[in-house]
Amino acid sequence: MKLKLKVWRQEDAQDKGGFKNYDVDGIDGDMSFLEMLDVLNNNLVNEGIDPVEFDHDCREGICGSCSLQINGEPHGPDRRITTCQLHMRKFKDGDEIVIEPFRATAFPVIKDLVIDRSAFDRIQHAGGYISVNTSGNTQDANSIPIDKQDADDSFYAATCIGCGACVAACKNASAMLFTSAKVSQFALLPQGKIEAHERVLEMVHQMDKEGFGNCTNTGACEIECPKGISLENIARLNREYLSASVFS
Amino acid sequence: MSVLESKIPEGPIEKKWTKHKNEINLVNPANKRNIDIIVVGTGLAGGSAAATFAELGYNVKTFCYQDSPRRAHSIAAQGGINASKNYQGDGDSDYRLFYDTVKGGDYRSREANVYRLAEVSSNIIDQCVAQGVPFAREYGGLLDNRSFGGVLVSRTFYAKGQTGQQLLLGAYSAMNRQINRGKIQSFNRHEMMDLVLVDGKARGIIARDLVSGNIERHSAHAVVLASGGYGNVFYLSTNAMGSNVMAAWRAHKKGAFFANPCFTQIHPTCIPVSGDLQSKLTLMSESLRNDGRIWVPKHEKDAKAIREGKLKPTELAEEDRDYYLERRYPAFGNLVPRDVASRAAKERCDEGYGVNKTGQAVYLDFKAAIERYGKEKAFTSGHKNPSKEEIIKLGEQVVESKYGNLFEMYEKITDQNPYKTPMMIFPAVHYTMGGLWVDYNLMTTIPGCYAAGEANFSDHGANRLGASALMQGLADGYFVLPYTIGDYLADDIRTGTISTETEEFVTAEKEVKERIQRLFDAKGKNPVDYYHKKLGRIMWDKCGMSRNEKELREAMEEIKELREDFWKNVRITGKAETKNAELEKAGRVADFLELGELFAKDALERNESCGGHFREEYQTEDGEALRDDENFKFVSAWEYVGNPRDAKLHKEQLEFENIELKTRSYK
Repeated sequence: MKLKLKVWRQEDAQDKGGFKNYDVDGIDGDMSFLEMLDVLNNNLVNEGIDPVEFDHDCREGICGSCSLQINGEPHGPDRRITTCQLHMRKFKDGDEIVIEPFRATAFPVIKDLVIDRSAFDRIQHAGGYISVNTSGNTQDANSIPIDKQDADDSFYAATCIGCGACVAACKNASAMLFTSAKVSQFALLPQGKIEAHERVLEMVHQMDKEGFGNCTNTGACEIECPKGISLENIARLNREYLSASVFS
Repeated sequence: MSVLESKIPEGPIEKKWTKHKNEINLVNPANKRNIDIIVVGTGLAGGSAAATFAELGYNVKTFCYQDSPRRAHSIAAQGGINASKNYQGDGDSDYRLFYDTVKGGDYRSREANVYRLAEVSSNIIDQCVAQGVPFAREYGGLLDNRSFGGVLVSRTFYAKGQTGQQLLLGAYSAMNRQINRGKIQSFNRHEMMDLVLVDGKARGIIARDLVSGNIERHSAHAVVLASGGYGNVFYLSTNAMGSNVMAAWRAHKKGAFFANPCFTQIHPTCIPVSGDLQSKLTLMSESLRNDGRIWVPKHEKDAKAIREGKLKPTELAEEDRDYYLERRYPAFGNLVPRDVASRAAKERCDEGYGVNKTGQAVYLDFKAAIERYGKEKAFTSGHKNPSKEEIIKLGEQVVESKYGNLFEMYEKITDQNPYKTPMMIFPAVHYTMGGLWVDYNLMTTIPGCYAAGEANFSDHGANRLGASALMQGLADGYFVLPYTIGDYLADDIRTGTISTETEEFVTAEKEVKERIQRLFDAKGKNPVDYYHKKLGRIMWDKCGMSRNEKELREAMEEIKELREDFWKNVRITGKAETKNAELEKAGRVADFLELGELFAKDALERNESCGGHFREEYQTEDGEALRDDENFKFVSAWEYVGNPRDAKLHKEQLEFENIELKTRSYK
């Protein structure tokens, strides 16, 4: 099939940027969206034009690198997938596709479709860990039984890939789904309870400092999340935060 | 004897590591504050090593090309992590894990290293649970285990199909704690371009900031390379797009020997290539072979009709199908090890029986399993005389509960429903057992330069068992390097900060800049991908699942020619002073074009078949691998002397004192 692409081009963080139009031909439905961009880029190199920069790595939906806003939706029209798992069979011959980076003040554009998500890292530096030494002198793994439901819920929260789709989907550019997933993973486990108060306060403080917006319970984040991270985590974060604010 | 000194401690195998830890030098806590360590790569090995060094008190700098340490490709590991906990009480022990790993590696790994791996494996699980890694649990609240290929016990711990992700996030959280304390400086979107040696010791690296394009000098008292494997030399693999050999290859060119480069794991169950523009292959977990039956059409005309879309696999009668694994290996059937299953699929496709429009695929069929489970389920739930539809419905439910997420992933990629039509699969490059040669301390042949995880060669021999890569990465990072690196650094307590203004750093930086300039200067006509794809084709056709002398020689020539053409005719757009993905790719492909030649040479010199290395000249009458322990029971460690083909071979003879060497048979 033949497609009309409208792609965001921006030289660097200082550049204002704007859309450029490109046509691509010979696109097969079995190709992934990023393979379609590979075709575009090879065409551009052949014409001596700088290819479009975009983040990608594992191309199997787990590293969380890819971060494209496609026709206004984070990771495009399909559900529960990342951009690299979107296939061209979701489009048809002659379609116009608008491709932008995830938009948020806290995610400045580095170049073209590449954004800086280090704010997510800093939120985790602030408290996204359990303070245990890695010496190996810990107790036996089976010495504390953990309720299966709690272990499973903790796991589901921990499957967040940190892509930032939740922020891009949110009208307030809030990072609550991301932060709450991190807080929940630890808050649900006995190992994580000891530092729970300090952790939630530090992480929320850092989140606010980074310039993410507030949560107004719209739920767009949950819909666009490629891993289906639940809104329950936000409720849990609010509970944890309140409890920490009152008792510490 | 050669220059290779493995430094394996004396004494019985189960005492070696303890004895070694008791005898090596330590650095006192106050002095650790004056010592810097660079860690390149932040996957399981690099992330866990960095966190532990920092916790001990060293000043650590980490480097990764991704935008966050958490995105290293360890994150994509699905199945699980082995440990000899024996929680199931099924007879597991350190010795048994050690034995299975050495045997699985077809007796080409180093006994002492593998035993240590087994010995620390239990501790890894304790550590990860303490960090909050949410492993799968049973209803009683205790940890669950699953069984994996090639072993007789249940020793694999897992977190659904995302074990690698959970373990990496654990190591990343340990890093975060140290970053928050100021003990780790994390350089993301940075790539190591070269290793810097001062007085013969590794003292730093030259790195490129991938955003600004700045070339930076970083010094340290020791450098740890945990930069992963080199599967992307094949272009198409299950590796991440950015996975590369640059760090290891730069070290090799500065004096680190490269061991067993031809030992590559080709995983039998991956989603096949669908077209020329495909960039990446996706793994379908090995566990599917428990219930799926692998087949191709018995008659070539049927295979042809299927390829042309005139016939559907479901229309083919049972007697017209060839369940070739069950036919060739009646004892193990569809559950033969990875190397054997991969070769058998290739053999059928080469003979013209392949399916898919490319002819490069075989079927993995769940029809029999669905019927079997359906009948069983109907029977146990009281339907003694169920209809065919009921059986299929119930059977599909059972299969979904076991493999639902994999079936869903398959359908997303291929747009076919694997409950209704057989999956199509084909082998793909997955892991590289070869890597930088290291001694027992994980130090390469360059003093102060260490290699950990997939980047080194030591633990998996010629074939890696499932769920062992995660174990090795974390063992190296959490529990081996933190001890052994102190032994080396004990001599550096009075050295002080290493200056980056010395001639060695200036020269190394100059060379890196010149190399980048040379890439731009080619001003040719072909994009980088053009060369990478061509290299991948040569590697896959001539250095892939089965190899022979003639084709390996051809491969060496073709790769050399391709490399020469690359440097003359590659086209890099843009500038070096900005983010430039083409330039990043070009640097990586340039190194693959050298490694590929050494790879072929190594395969050519190893005149035997073992594990993933199958030489057509060395097989039994019925086409099985023929190992030659008399002449090839050694590690090939290659010294760089100029051209890859001129590399000098050093042999580390392998001693097996605790395990008897046997032939692997699956008939």
